[in-house]
Amino acid sequence: MSATAEMAWVARRRPQTRLARLFDSKPFLIFICLAPALGLLLVFLTYPLGLGMYLSFTDTQLGRPGVWVGLDNFEYLLTDRVFINTVWNTIFYTATATALKFALGLWLALLLNQNLPFKSLIRAIILLPWITPTVLSAIAFWWIYDPQFSIISYVLHDKLGLIDSNIDFLGTPWHARWSLIVANTWRGIPFVAISLLAGLQTISPSLYEAAMLDGASSWQRFRRVTVPLLMPILAVVLTFSVLFTFADFQLVYAITRGGPINSTHLMATLAFQRGIPGAALGEGAAIAVSMIPFLVLATLFSYFAIGQRKWQQGGDDV
Amino acid sequence: MADVSIRNVEKAFGTTQILHGVSVDVDDGEFVILVGPSGCGKSTLLRMIAGLENISRGEIAIGGRVVNNIPPKERDIAMVFQNYALYPHMTVRENMAFSLTLAKAPKPVLEQKVGRAADILGLTPLLDRYPRQLSGGQRQRVAMGRAIVRDPQVFLFDEPLSNLDAKLRVQMRGEIKDLHQRLKTTTVYVTHDQIEAMTMADKIVVMQGGHVEQIGAPLDLYDRPANLFVAGFIGSPAMNFLKGRIAGGAFQIGDTRLPLPSTRGAPEGTKVVYGIRPEHWRLDAGGIGATVRLVEPTGSETQVVAEFAGERVVCAFRERITQHPGELLHMTPDRDCVHLFDDATGRRLT
Amino acid sequence: MSDATDTQAPSWDSRTRRVVTLYVPMACFLLILLFPFYWMTITAFKPNSELLDYKTNNPFWITSPTLENIRHLLFDTSYPRWLTTTMGVAFGATIISLIASVLAAYAIQRLRFKGSKYVGLAIYLAYLVPPSILFIPLAEVVYSFGLFDSPMALVLTYPTFLVPFCTWLLIGYFKSIPYELEECALIDGASRLQILRRITLPLAVPGLISAGIFAFTLSWNEFIYALAFISSSENKTVPVAILTELVQGDVYQWGSLMAGALLGSLPVAIFYSFFVEYYVSSLTGAVKE
Repeated sequence: MSATAEMAWVARRRPQTRLARLFDSKPFLIFICLAPALGLLLVFLTYPLGLGMYLSFTDTQLGRPGVWVGLDNFEYLLTDRVFINTVWNTIFYTATATALKFALGLWLALLLNQNLPFKSLIRAIILLPWITPTVLSAIAFWWIYDPQFSIISYVLHDKLGLIDSNIDFLGTPWHARWSLIVANTWRGIPFVAISLLAGLQTISPSLYEAAMLDGASSWQRFRRVTVPLLMPILAVVLTFSVLFTFADFQLVYAITRGGPINSTHLMATLAFQRGIPGAALGEGAAIAVSMIPFLVLATLFSYFAIGQRKWQQGGDDV
Repeated sequence: MADVSIRNVEKAFGTTQILHGVSVDVDDGEFVILVGPSGCGKSTLLRMIAGLENISRGEIAIGGRVVNNIPPKERDIAMVFQNYALYPHMTVRENMAFSLTLAKAPKPVLEQKVGRAADILGLTPLLDRYPRQLSGGQRQRVAMGRAIVRDPQVFLFDEPLSNLDAKLRVQMRGEIKDLHQRLKTTTVYVTHDQIEAMTMADKIVVMQGGHVEQIGAPLDLYDRPANLFVAGFIGSPAMNFLKGRIAGGAFQIGDTRLPLPSTRGAPEGTKVVYGIRPEHWRLDAGGIGATVRLVEPTGSETQVVAEFAGERVVCAFRERITQHPGELLHMTPDRDCVHLFDDATGRRLT
Repeated sequence: MSDATDTQAPSWDSRTRRVVTLYVPMACFLLILLFPFYWMTITAFKPNSELLDYKTNNPFWITSPTLENIRHLLFDTSYPRWLTTTMGVAFGATIISLIASVLAAYAIQRLRFKGSKYVGLAIYLAYLVPPSILFIPLAEVVYSFGLFDSPMALVLTYPTFLVPFCTWLLIGYFKSIPYELEECALIDGASRLQILRRITLPLAVPGLISAGIFAFTLSWNEFIYALAFISSSENKTVPVAILTELVQGDVYQWGSLMAGALLGSLPVAIFYSFFVEYYVSSLTGAVKE
């Protein structure tokens, strides 16, 4: 009986509908698949990028279309003490915070790469600062940095007696700058540590064993095996870190709003202050656009200076 | 079931020519093996039959129908891949039934076809497992089962045994051959392993550098290789080649003279390549004297690397060899198993 | 470990060494990384009397914990409203981004066409454009679409940084699926769409989860667009609302602020605790690609 059932059914090629055939044609599928992503990016990324450049050459105000003013905005900014200071402060902030993040992040990654009890739990905890919304952890830092009720001042002054009076964390320019750098480092360490840990774990233990047999000390093993093999991933993480630190906004906006007396402004916060509450869209756009050369430079530097190594070429990829 | 006809097929990726006008005829129900070193174009040819690669020039017909512009799913073929390509998220049953599900086959038909294929391959107890729970040999069988269920006109195999260990490979070799004898489905099988080709094929196609070197039954290729490439490729250990000339009714290399086959097709003085397989040397007290360099007993036979006239040759003897390296061994080639090739073209002379 | 068992003396030595070089620094790292959360939590439950008086109370502990701050937050402010808005925006942006990214990654990695490498590169570069240089012109775009002050503006603009990230992540996942599976399905009679739905997507599920939770977290944490494109109180997202709505006058309500920060971090933290492995794999996966 079943044999006849089998005979009865023959897989016949049903004539395909026009639609089905259309969806089987590769060019059409490629178009359909790329359309949403590229469409979104064109409308909300590429176009605004161009528009931003255009705006930076106009005197547009919020709600009032502007006219072309050429390089006026940029010329004005070059004479503006606040802008110049902001550029220097942004560079200082990026360089210092990145250096701290990498030194401490690499250290933490090396610690995590050893045999530890509760390893996965510790790894999970470590990512917490990076997962929580920056603004919300920034508010916690704001409270930690409170001039009167700072817990740090309390420990150093009331408990340990190391200092004479409470630290005014956010009241003076340099205190405020360092306070922000510490907060940024705190938030950035997990990303660096976990990424570098992933890099460390791809290094085969037999390389260390071979180096040990070759008579390398633990420092030499780190210097000659770990560092070179970590370089490619280090370059990528460095690029991301520099980029996002340079373009940072939330932390400064939440904790100091650029104060005291504009001393902690980053280019992004200054652009916001001038552009949105200050309503000078053209000038804000000019500040934002001035970030682009720095970002391109930083990317190129970390990519070419560190990313490319001869022994990596002709690898197994591609 | 159907025959496959490959006519002057060429394939080029950009400016690189992969296949230079290949023609092969596969008869209905035949088991044909494409064999050659890696990069010879055999897998590309198979993928062109499957419809996974475009045909740059020439045509391929399956069952008399030219399929150049027909998508894979309408060619009525089934393919077993090197890494089996089992869908990891489907059970064995779902894997085997996938093509029928797509074709919207009614449930009883589907059950019956899968059941029968599982029966043939001994997979019935494994039907509800996932591929990762199977051993290499079992995965291999599932991949074949998936092909059987489709009941296609042609089976295509792309190096299906290369991921298995040596012992399992021998076993699966037997199973595939047995299966073919049962189902009699036209089969095109790609491998780089000449032993697989010799043991399984009805017909072997030897390929090199995008060309067909020779087509023939396994023993024809062994007995009468058309050129140096085929002679060196078929047979293990490989044939010995000696370069010399024909002089005084014998083959002369240095001071050594070796007997010629009775049907030699080369005049006196010709420069030739003298081919003799290891297993066609005999121990012979009156033969040439060769210095033993290496002795490798395998139990059933003994392989010896011996040197004479500045050339090293590999010999395989049924007898046990008592000589040590450095000592002299007397032996002679079996003259009827000698192959002569033209020194300039590499073609067989006779 | 094995060399330590050779003799007694070095084993002690190596143990102290291990404590000094491994456990002590690790403990310091954990302490510093976790302290702000502890401080945030403990402040959220402190009554004002304890909050501002370090003389009579130990600031590291609470003697009489209170829910007053949280009650104030939930019932006297629009906090629940902000939470639902944030949730909606995050879900909307995540879904849009996932759909766009899956399709784009599939086209780039699987349909392989001339120039697919360049499209991939372009999408990667898009990820390197930080929102802080885009928000001013984007404000204009949003305004001209009539979306200003609408959560829809955020749902549509968040994909600009989510799509590049997710696409990049998914390309990596698709890469790990053998081509033969798709070719086999092609021979088995599946159409390209059936292959995507029945073979590629089911196998990329871990990648989809990674991309999804990441997109959700990034949307939840986003600040600058939400600050720039939303003006009315009831449409604000949690991070923006806490900073702009709860901070009023000169006397800060630290208790409620911390309660708001805590509650705002909680959904992400809970999400995170369920999917730690996916977070780690997507973080490292994106870096490695």
